Order: sequence, then structure tokens, then C-alpha cells
Amino acid sequence: MRKILYILQKEFIQIFRDKTMLPMIFGVPIIQLVVLVHAATLEMKSIDMFVVDKDLSSLSAKLVNKFEGSPFYTISGRSFSITDANKEIENNKADVILHIPHGFERNLLREKSSEIQLQIDGINGTAASLINAYSTSVISDFNKNIIVELTQMPQLAEMEPIEIQTSYWYNPELNYKTYMLPGILVILVSIISLFMTAMNIVREKEMGTIEQINVTPIRKHEFIIGKLVPFMIIALFELALGLTIGKLFFHIPVVGSVGLLFGFVLVYLLVVLSIGLLISTLASTQQQVMFISFFFMLVFILMSGIFTPTESMPMWAQKVNIINPFYYFMRVIRMILLKGSRFWDISYEFFSLLIYGSFMLGLAVWRYRKVA
Amino acid sequence: MLKQTENIIEVSNLVKKFGNFTANDDLTFDVKQGEIFGFLGANGAGKTTTLKILSGLSYPTSGKVKVAGFDVYREREKVKKNIGYMSQKFSLYDDLTVKENIRFYGGIYGLPGKYIKEKTDELLRRLKMENIKDSLIKSLPLGWKQKIAFSVAIFHNPGIVFLDEPTGGVDPITRRDFWELIYEASYSGITVFVTTHYMDEAEYCDRVSIMDQGRIEAMDTPALLKKQYNAENMDEVFIRIARKQQL
Repeated sequence: MRKILYILQKEFIQIFRDKTMLPMIFGVPIIQLVVLVHAATLEMKSIDMFVVDKDLSSLSAKLVNKFEGSPFYTISGRSFSITDANKEIENNKADVILHIPHGFERNLLREKSSEIQLQIDGINGTAASLINAYSTSVISDFNKNIIVELTQMPQLAEMEPIEIQTSYWYNPELNYKTYMLPGILVILVSIISLFMTAMNIVREKEMGTIEQINVTPIRKHEFIIGKLVPFMIIALFELALGLTIGKLFFHIPVVGSVGLLFGFVLVYLLVVLSIGLLISTLASTQQQVMFISFFFMLVFILMSGIFTPTESMPMWAQKVNIINPFYYFMRVIRMILLKGSRFWDISYEFFSLLIYGSFMLGLAVWRYRKVA
Repeated sequence: MLKQTENIIEVSNLVKKFGNFTANDDLTFDVKQGEIFGFLGANGAGKTTTLKILSGLSYPTSGKVKVAGFDVYREREKVKKNIGYMSQKFSLYDDLTVKENIRFYGGIYGLPGKYIKEKTDELLRRLKMENIKDSLIKSLPLGWKQKIAFSVAIFHNPGIVFLDEPTGGVDPITRRDFWELIYEASYSGITVFVTTHYMDEAEYCDRVSIMDQGRIEAMDTPALLKKQYNAENMDEVFIRIARKQQL
């Protein structure tokens, strides 16, 4: 036990003496949270719309006005030529073309029906479907007003055969920050613990100091505990720091028990730190560690459900997620923070990770050799 | 120097293979307690391999190896308590101070804190390094680092210390100083097992073995070896042995 304390002492001296470590521990989380939470948004705030109004009637002007008046749209230009408009999309100057054909108003008045065309840049599928949804809702609103104006019967506007009232639970305003911040916290805590553990041990290999450790009578478990505990403490600190920032600056809800969250994270860290340790037994240079861990982290992050719901992934991907530790943490942190889940609700994730972690730690300890 | 006849290292028929390559080919030798044993050979002769086996860093392919009375197969952890080791790759932490390095290694050998403190002060006084005790290792010249590394290797009073080319890359005066430390350790009863390819250092040893292509070609006191090969110095002895192999 005393030997472990000597290792811990040495690790902390080295960590705090390293000039790149302190900014990493304090700066990176703050920057990541502040920047990423704002940047990684799924909302569309400024849609550039190019208008081809061949009708030039009062109704077509009204429709364009409606878009112009919306905070989400900027009219990026107008023309009578659809070729010009297409060029704008090709040059990335516009996201969507609103094409109002000649006779739009006349058809609407005479035949009670008319057509317009929306051409949306589909390179980013998610953005395109959002633009479509926004635009459709603007147009249907316009539709309603037209009916009132044409029929002079305002009660028609209120008339809807079935009224849908949606209420979103746990995130009533669908605030994406509430959703993204816990997700980014997961990545932050995971990277710190997985990456730094692996880097730290391999650095000793590169320097040759590991050989000196290996000729001492120190036991494998003493060395491993001494190496893992500092990063466990730092990871927990990061989580606390991140939650504080989230609470103070983003007002994310903390419905559930913070104690439960930290308890779960301890089990989670067992898995991630063990993976880091395992990587360090496989790699002999820091460069190899970088490549191996970036590969795993990228797959883990993209499949974790931070941006896209895991339930909509194909079946095989959902199966693969059984071994993705990020996936469990991503679910649980949102469950606890937003929904107030209790231990019973997260017990599946908790025990899965406990088994997973014990297995990974066993594997890593077995792989770690004091003898070449 | 007091000579004891007890063997502290016993090696018989040691073989170490890496695939098809035989690094150690049927080595048999003993090292007596308290002696300075020089393990000589050209680069790639297999010295470091033997040293790693003796210090428990590597498993032998076959053969029997006993260090400080313990079998390196079955009682590796007991062997480790009784040995010190200094590798040719420099083994102190660059980003720790002199004092922190000593405290760390003392600590993981399980020495009591108070003892570490007292012995550190005494050691720094002896090395005349009291004024640099709080300097980072990376700021020190190589010769100083080697002296500290050696002192750290014997800090826990092992019965035997293994030195793998401890004086590589420093000037002759610093090497001389370093050998003073080796003598001091030897006087205090520590057996010294040292690999080197500096033949002048071989003269300082009580006994030397000369290795070539994984085999021990000669083993005796420097004086007797010179006589046997009719040579002026160890340099000549070494060249004659290496030549013989080429013919």
C-alpha cells in the first residue's frame, strides 16, 4: 500500500510539472464545452434563400415577405432565371431556391390551387430535411392566411380537423444544449482517461524507465493501481468541472442524483482506463498509442449516440454498441441529468459495465508483463 | 579486498534464443560474492541479453540460473529484492528532481520514509551534490546522471548490482570517477556485475569473461588472461580472441 502512495506521489508531481498537462486538464474542458455546445447545433439559424419570382404579383410578394420576416431565412438574392439560381446553389451561396412560376396568383384565385417549387441543396441530408420542414411550415402558415383572405371567413383559420398538441418530456423546449452538453462531457471524460493512461505508460517505455520499474520487486497490481488512480481522479474532477460549467453557464437541468452519476462513472472509468492500459501493453511508442486510440475513440464516439439516436442505427450497429463503453455512459448521463433516473433504471447499464470493466481489467493486467 | 568463495550467481548451460537467432549459446559461469565481475564483448555479443536474464527482465530459453540463491524462473520476485540494476538506456525520470528520483525508487523498494530521508542526505553529501538536490535530472550533465543512477541502483543495499554499459558516452575522467563509486560499493560488500566494451575498464575488474557471438570465449583475472594470450593489455587480449573467431 505504501508503495502505491509513492507511485501516486510521483505521478502527480509529473502531471503537474508537465506544462502541457495543466492547460489540458483545465483549459480543454472549458473550451470544448463552451465552443462545442454552441457549435455542435442541429438548429438551422440562417438559411440562405434565393428567390426566383416569375409571377411578381402581390401574393408572390407576400410569400417572399413571409420568408424574409422569419428569423431563420435570409434572402440571398433574386433573379428571373432559374439557371442563375442553380449557379448560386452550386457556388454554395444559397441553401434553397424558392421558385414561384408565372401565373401563381392567377391560378390560386381562379382554380383555388397553385404550385411553387423548392429546390434544396441536399449535400447535408440533415440540414436539407430541416430546411424542408421549416419551409413547409412557413408555406402552410401562408396557406392558412390565404384561405382566410380569399374566403373572408376567419373562423376557417382556426378550424383544424385534428389538433395536435405536442409536449416534449424531459427537455420541453427541445433545447439542444441540454442534450449536447452531457454528450460532450462523456467524450471529455473518456478521452482524458483512455488516452492519457495509455500515453503515460508508453512514455515510460519510450524513456526506458519502465525497465527500471520492472527490476524492482514492485507487484503488478501496485504499479497498475498507481498508474490508473491519478487519471481516475482527474477524470472525476473533469466531470465535476464540466457539470459546474453546464449548470452555471448553460443552465442544464440536473434532475437526478449527482452521487449516482459519480458512482456510475467510477464503474465506467474502470472500463475506459482498462482499455487505455490494454492499449499501452500493445503499443511501444506514443505515436502508436495515438493511432490506436484515435481509431477506437472515433468509432466509439460516432456510434455512441451523441448526434444520432442509437435506436435508429441498423441492427448490427446496435449489437456492436454492446462493446462501446461510450454508448452506455451517453445513455446514462442523459437519463440521470435530464430524466432523474434512479439506480434501478440504470442497473442494466451499471452491471453491464461492471462485468465489461472487470473483464477488460483482467485482460489488461494479464497482458501487462514485467518480463519481456 | 576481502574475497569470499561463496557463489552469488550460478549459471549453467544458459541458452537464449530469439527465433532462429541464438543470443546466448550454452553459457556456464559463476560469480563470487563481493567481486567485480566484468562481462566483456563486442556490440551484439549477447551481453545485455544475459544481463536481462540475470536481473529477471527476460526469461531464459533453457538452462539453470541462480541469483543471490534464488532461481530466476521460480523466485523472480525474490531475486528482484536482492539486486540493483542500471541500464544503458538512462533510467532516471527526467522531469523529477534528484531528490524525488531517489525518494521514488527508495519508496517502491519498500524502504521506510525516515530512512530514505536520512540516506538521501548522506548520499548527496558523499556525491557532493547537495546544491543540486532540487534540480531536474534533465538539467544535469550525463556523467552526473550516471553517478546518481548508480547510487539509486544500490540505494536499497542489494547483494548484487548489474550495470549495463554504465559509462557509455562520457569522458575518461568522468569514467574514472564512476569507477571510484563502483569500488566503494564493492568495499561495502556489494557484488558488481558490469558489462562494458571499454577494455581499460576491464583492467579494474577482479575477473572478466569475454563473450563473442553468444559464447564465452575466455574467463579469468585480467592478469592471467594477459599472460595466457601473451598480451600487454586487455585490448590485445580482446583482439586476439576476436581474431581467432574470424579465422
